[in-house]
Amino acid sequence: MIRTLLSTCAATAAIVTAATAQDVAVSNANLWTGEEMIEGATVIIEDGEVTAVGTNLSLPSGVTAIDADGGWVTPGIFSAYSRTGVVEVGAEDATNDVAAPMSAFGPALRLADAFNPRGTPVDTTRIEGVTRIAVAPGFGSSLFGGQGFVANTSGEPDSITNDRAFTFINLGEGGAGLSGGSRASAWASLRAAIADARTFPARYIASDEGDVLGRLDAEEFAPAARGQQLMLIAVDRASDIRQVIALKEENARLDIALVGAREAWLVADELVEADIPVIIDPYANLPGSFEGLASTQQNATRLIDAGVTVALAYFDDDSHQARLILQSAGNAVANGVSHEDALRAITSVPASIYGVEGGGMLAEGSPGDLVIWDGDPLEVMSAPTHVFIDGVEQSLESRQTRLRDRYLSLDESERPLAYNR
Amino acid sequence: MKIAMRTAAAVGLLLSMAACGGNQDEPETSETTEAAFAKNPYPSTYEPYPSGTILLQGATVYDGMGGVFENYDVLLSEGNIAGIGEGLEAGDDVERIDASGKFVTPGIIDNHSHLGVYPSPGVSAHSDGNEISGPVTAEVWAEHALWPQDPGFTRALAGGVTSMQILPGSANLFGGRGVIVKNVPSRTAQGMKFPDAPYTLKMACGENPKRVYGYGGGRFPGGAPYSRMGNLAGYRSSWIEAQAYKSKWDTWEEEGGDKPTRDLELDTLKGVLDGDILVHMHCYRADEMAQIIDMSKEFGYKISSFHHAVESYKIADKLAEEEICSAMWADWWGFKMEAYDGIRENIPMVHQAGACAIVHSDSDIGIQRLNQEAAKALSDGRRAGIDISKADAWTWLSANPAKSLGIFDQTGSLEAGKDADVVVWNADPFSVYAQAEKVYIDGALMFDRTDPDFNPVTDFELGQPGEGDVK
Repeated sequence: MIRTLLSTCAATAAIVTAATAQDVAVSNANLWTGEEMIEGATVIIEDGEVTAVGTNLSLPSGVTAIDADGGWVTPGIFSAYSRTGVVEVGAEDATNDVAAPMSAFGPALRLADAFNPRGTPVDTTRIEGVTRIAVAPGFGSSLFGGQGFVANTSGEPDSITNDRAFTFINLGEGGAGLSGGSRASAWASLRAAIADARTFPARYIASDEGDVLGRLDAEEFAPAARGQQLMLIAVDRASDIRQVIALKEENARLDIALVGAREAWLVADELVEADIPVIIDPYANLPGSFEGLASTQQNATRLIDAGVTVALAYFDDDSHQARLILQSAGNAVANGVSHEDALRAITSVPASIYGVEGGGMLAEGSPGDLVIWDGDPLEVMSAPTHVFIDGVEQSLESRQTRLRDRYLSLDESERPLAYNR
Repeated sequence: MKIAMRTAAAVGLLLSMAACGGNQDEPETSETTEAAFAKNPYPSTYEPYPSGTILLQGATVYDGMGGVFENYDVLLSEGNIAGIGEGLEAGDDVERIDASGKFVTPGIIDNHSHLGVYPSPGVSAHSDGNEISGPVTAEVWAEHALWPQDPGFTRALAGGVTSMQILPGSANLFGGRGVIVKNVPSRTAQGMKFPDAPYTLKMACGENPKRVYGYGGGRFPGGAPYSRMGNLAGYRSSWIEAQAYKSKWDTWEEEGGDKPTRDLELDTLKGVLDGDILVHMHCYRADEMAQIIDMSKEFGYKISSFHHAVESYKIADKLAEEEICSAMWADWWGFKMEAYDGIRENIPMVHQAGACAIVHSDSDIGIQRLNQEAAKALSDGRRAGIDISKADAWTWLSANPAKSLGIFDQTGSLEAGKDADVVVWNADPFSVYAQAEKVYIDGALMFDRTDPDFNPVTDFELGQPGEGDVK
């Protein structure tokens, strides 16, 4: 159904020889722009950026033209919360950089330092249509996990686009355990840390120690404490969420988003009022802990109906399965979210939470991240047929597809399968 | 009127791979066996709930045997499937349900769950799924820890799961006995036990036992096993003991004399050697599965199913030859070294080789959407050139798990005479948007998405935030 005007060989050669942006026009698309659906749309990408989106566009000369034949086209999917590229094998500590529980540092930990763009989970994520990832640290030695980053999934050396995108903070049960054993100690620590960071460097002239943060941690936490960087706070129980809302009321300039937020639907109106977006897993419907007793798959639809900004993510295996957010979003639709809101929650909403300008969108000036699908992208039986990042068509191979191809035939009558590649 | 009744003989033939004696609830027949010891001292007390005669009309039906029928009726009577067919006749007293535009399937059977033994909430007091005190704990039984108030059972029900196997975890070489349950709310574990189902034994390969024991407790080295060599030595030593134990009992049963002393651990292993207890073995790597197959031959027992089996695609031909099922995820991978070679086409590649493929969950979240997991695997297989129909793919969800559990004579397909474990879906269950609308177990309506009166609430959730909410 999809017909490129270049021969397949030529296109492949272009990909192999250089990761340079193609000028490409995708026409006849059933297009999700990140904000709305447009039937029969054309998207033009030049020099890695979207230059035009609309119907009845005339194509510039020299572009590679792809006829989507009425098929689905979306911006690259934006994973709002994952550990993609910082873990190769979960249980092998040497390959797992998610958490640094033995480190003395907290906010000073920059997870971007650990990112491996050539990690196999980056490939397996990209080939399912996820082109942008916000990567968060895990639990550290304190309630501060460190700073997360935003990257694309091209696998290229320069794929991190914001190496200090947010500071990750664990509250609720997790944060309590990491800061003395009680929610009370977690909040005392957080308030003190904000005060430490806001008075950096003045109070550190006389001493290297603040109330809770050392010099480097205070310096690194200063942007978040002053509202110049996003604070991503992991919290679930309704009462804990109200505490965060109160924190923002006292410090209006703080830029806060919540992740987890299992009981957020119980405080939806207050979240709207406080202008706090949430990143939730639409599957979460079990009382897995006492801070999630009211968990329900209705969380997404109730929040969206109330006007809360909602991004969807898949929390279960966040290092290797960020690709499953499309299925998660499909399940959110099955549980009442509109198809457009579900698409929004995995494209433009996460991009806006992380301040990626034009991200998760196909509009003039957006990054040239585009996916062509063989069906409804939220359907479990659909998959991408083309993935572009910054205008560069991406390989749809991964180590997994190589293993598959090796073993599709088990015939070893001539040679061992080890020669089959 | 066209009708797709199937005979009991046909059912019998399909059972061959799961053939086994010693059902849990069979009355003891042999006098000497009776004198030996009770094999099922914790019997099922489950009785099907009252049900009328129900005619599901005009649905698309996946019969669970590879058949798909448009505009078909399914008749449930006295707790059993009475038949499926086009325009079935039924009396005036029959409850007719318009299922046009909907899909009807056999209930999903998950042959790998830890619901009840690792229940929600996952607090430390609820951690009852692994008896980590030693690498060989064949003496423990999952049913003795199964908490029927786990809210996870109700979520699985809403996902169309009508039966499941509850297994001990995979810390141990021999983890203990599993138990097969009907997914009906009950005050007791016995009230959920699947009547006449065989017992099962959980075993585990690879990283978990050697990590838990070899590297356990912060000591170096810990105890045995420390390596995969130690794993094999551990199983084999136990099987040697079990053979000697079995031989003592066999001699006693034939010749009488002093009754042998009972050993709870060896009771279970002897049950395997007797062919009464089915082996379900957690095993990821292909080369390791091949070793385990040889070991089963060394000691004369059959492996029912390898679980997780992320590398089954590498030896699918051998698994077909040995008639061993693989219970698999659609796409989990990479969380440990032995899962590093997981691929999305594992399930269809196993199916294509003629081996028994099963979609399992091992997850209180995954169990809620096993139909979607099958759909993903099916579509990934098709893209790789493996052409499998949706109707055939449904065998991964019902018939094949039932065979692996030795309950296919009772459930797992829409064949006349079988338990009426049936799901009505509001759309094609291979779609992400489909949801189980009605779930019948033994003909009784246990879940109805549109009727709050048919949404069970466990004791744990009663009086808590979100009680009775749509979950």
